[in-house]
Amino acid sequence: MEYFVQQLINGVTLGSIYGLIAIGYTMVYGIIGMINFAHGDVFMVGSFTALLLFLLIGLTAASPLIVIVLAIVGVLIVAMALTAVWGWTIERLAYRPLRGSFRLAPLITAIGMSIVLSNMVQIAQGARVKNLPPDIKDRLSGGFQVMESNGFAAVVSYRQLIIVGVTIALMALFTWIITSTPLGRAQRACEQDRTMAALTGVDVDRTISLTFVIGAALAAVAGVMFLVYYGAIDFYIGFVAGIKAFTAAVLGGIGSLPGAMLGGLLIGLIEVFWAGYVGSEYKDVAAFSLLAIVLIFRPEGLLGRPEIEKV
Amino acid sequence: MKRILAITTLSACLALPAMAQDIPIAVVGPMTGGEASFGAQMKAGAEMAVADINAAGGISVGGTKMKLKLTVGDDACDPKQAVAVATKLAGEKVKFVAGHFCSGSSIPSSKVYAEEGIVQISPASTNPKLTDERAGPNVFRVCGRDDQQGGVAGKYLAEKFSGKKIAVIHDKSAYGQGLADETRKALNAAGAKEVVYEGYTKGEKDYTALVTKLKQAAVDVLYVGGYHTEAGLIARQMRDQGMNTILVSGDALVTQEYWQITGKAGEGTLMTFSPDPRKNDANKALVERFRAAKIEPEGYVLYTYAAIQTWKQAVEKAAATDAKKVIEQLNALEFDTVLGKFKFDKKGDPTLPPYVFYEWKDGKYTQL
Repeated sequence: MEYFVQQLINGVTLGSIYGLIAIGYTMVYGIIGMINFAHGDVFMVGSFTALLLFLLIGLTAASPLIVIVLAIVGVLIVAMALTAVWGWTIERLAYRPLRGSFRLAPLITAIGMSIVLSNMVQIAQGARVKNLPPDIKDRLSGGFQVMESNGFAAVVSYRQLIIVGVTIALMALFTWIITSTPLGRAQRACEQDRTMAALTGVDVDRTISLTFVIGAALAAVAGVMFLVYYGAIDFYIGFVAGIKAFTAAVLGGIGSLPGAMLGGLLIGLIEVFWAGYVGSEYKDVAAFSLLAIVLIFRPEGLLGRPEIEKV
Repeated sequence: MKRILAITTLSACLALPAMAQDIPIAVVGPMTGGEASFGAQMKAGAEMAVADINAAGGISVGGTKMKLKLTVGDDACDPKQAVAVATKLAGEKVKFVAGHFCSGSSIPSSKVYAEEGIVQISPASTNPKLTDERAGPNVFRVCGRDDQQGGVAGKYLAEKFSGKKIAVIHDKSAYGQGLADETRKALNAAGAKEVVYEGYTKGEKDYTALVTKLKQAAVDVLYVGGYHTEAGLIARQMRDQGMNTILVSGDALVTQEYWQITGKAGEGTLMTFSPDPRKNDANKALVERFRAAKIEPEGYVLYTYAAIQTWKQAVEKAAATDAKKVIEQLNALEFDTVLGKFKFDKKGDPTLPPYVFYEWKDGKYTQL
């Protein structure tokens, strides 16, 4: 039982990170019907921004707890802001000029943007694994015991708690934004019919821009969490995380916000439980097989709405 | 008139490098990617060796002094890229390659060097297959072998931790799995049996599921056949889950970067490596020079330096850079390098002292 609980904790943490990234994919798809392949790299940029900010603040092993908490919150906010600017810029430069063109065009620029971002970071930061300084890592570690029997203790680290807590808070916030604010209403309107939305006075370009900004900010949160949790990042993390998060978005039903979160959690849990009960060798195969099976029986994903052919 | 002058000057310029006759050699390792800190070690060692040789006038080949020209190749520890780099170097007609780092890169690229007649001395690839299934007589190494390393590790584990629960994991790479299997073999031969044997995927960051599995098995000692990035992450995630398991690994942890990843979680980590050549009094001046250049000659820095020294001594004796003649000398001579005096055996392995254990403590590793 403790073993199961411990693996559950591992899986939920990993799934939260995937889910946060997946939301960015799903929101953009919902509103303009394109897969933003650069999104995984936006996550990576967010992570590197956070690393540089942490180095700038220069925490030490002796920093008091309040400073640590403030530093994490500060880094989170600044990284979100800076990464949001990236998200906005990418949309403005690479996607908006192609809005009226054929469907494949923005997809190609998205792949191009992904390569640009990862190569930019590779050149600027080097191709090596970058670490949070050991002092900061040691200060951030620690946790408490949930349950124990026969010498096996299920442990939750503070970092895992932070990740899950932040994810839940952000999910609540963005669900509220989508369902109860003018911006959310505009987004839903654009999702249903962009031309009609424009006719009724919705500023479509602005709404789309804001969608990218929100998606990038969430990716930045995932980036900060990833950095704090694992302590090591490289310019390549965006690719793998992007693929997993994209899978999560499709699994949950692309275009659906709760679907993205559910998909993220499922992918995280399957990976962890497969590794825990079968073997870590083929855990990715397990995750992608599940995707294939779900898509055969529910092509719209778990929580997605079936696409209605417009005549 | 002016034009003729220009052409003459130009052709003179073009002719100049040909007259100087630099010998092209290369160092190849992971300059990018997770193992880049080892690539940096190799590059530092090679650059110092070439600078030292050139400062002394170069290599004397049959009476003429010839300088060395070093090319740095990046294989990112990827077997495909390693073969591509090897082919490219063959196109550039390099005479000698000090490389590669990862066994998974050295083995496939050694076939290219064998076909092209290029001498290869690996400073760091420890997988037995490199010389056991030797691609050609041109393949040598100046480091130990994983059957020696795993033998030492497995025996030590069985003796020191007898009665404790031991797990063996590996990263499925030629180096990692090879080393883990050798260690396991020695461990079993000494009468101990591991409780978990499993592979993990290199390049990931999340090993929490694997760590929980080890916790469930109440593992006291964990042997990792793999590189420092993953080993470091595993060490850290074990401490996060409240485990006191001792991590034991091989020569791929001899980089300061390991501590950068683990922090305090790396305290007490054990690893096998050859006796530290920095400790040798004969190398004192050289070590000082490295440190003056802000390079700590740890890990494979001096091994790469020694690989180039070895080749140089063979070339000078052979009085030619031709691979066939150099190989004859490599097989015959006794070399005097920063690693000490050694000869190559029939397979191309050096006769160097056996592996010893090191322990990580307070951000440093010291010989036990």
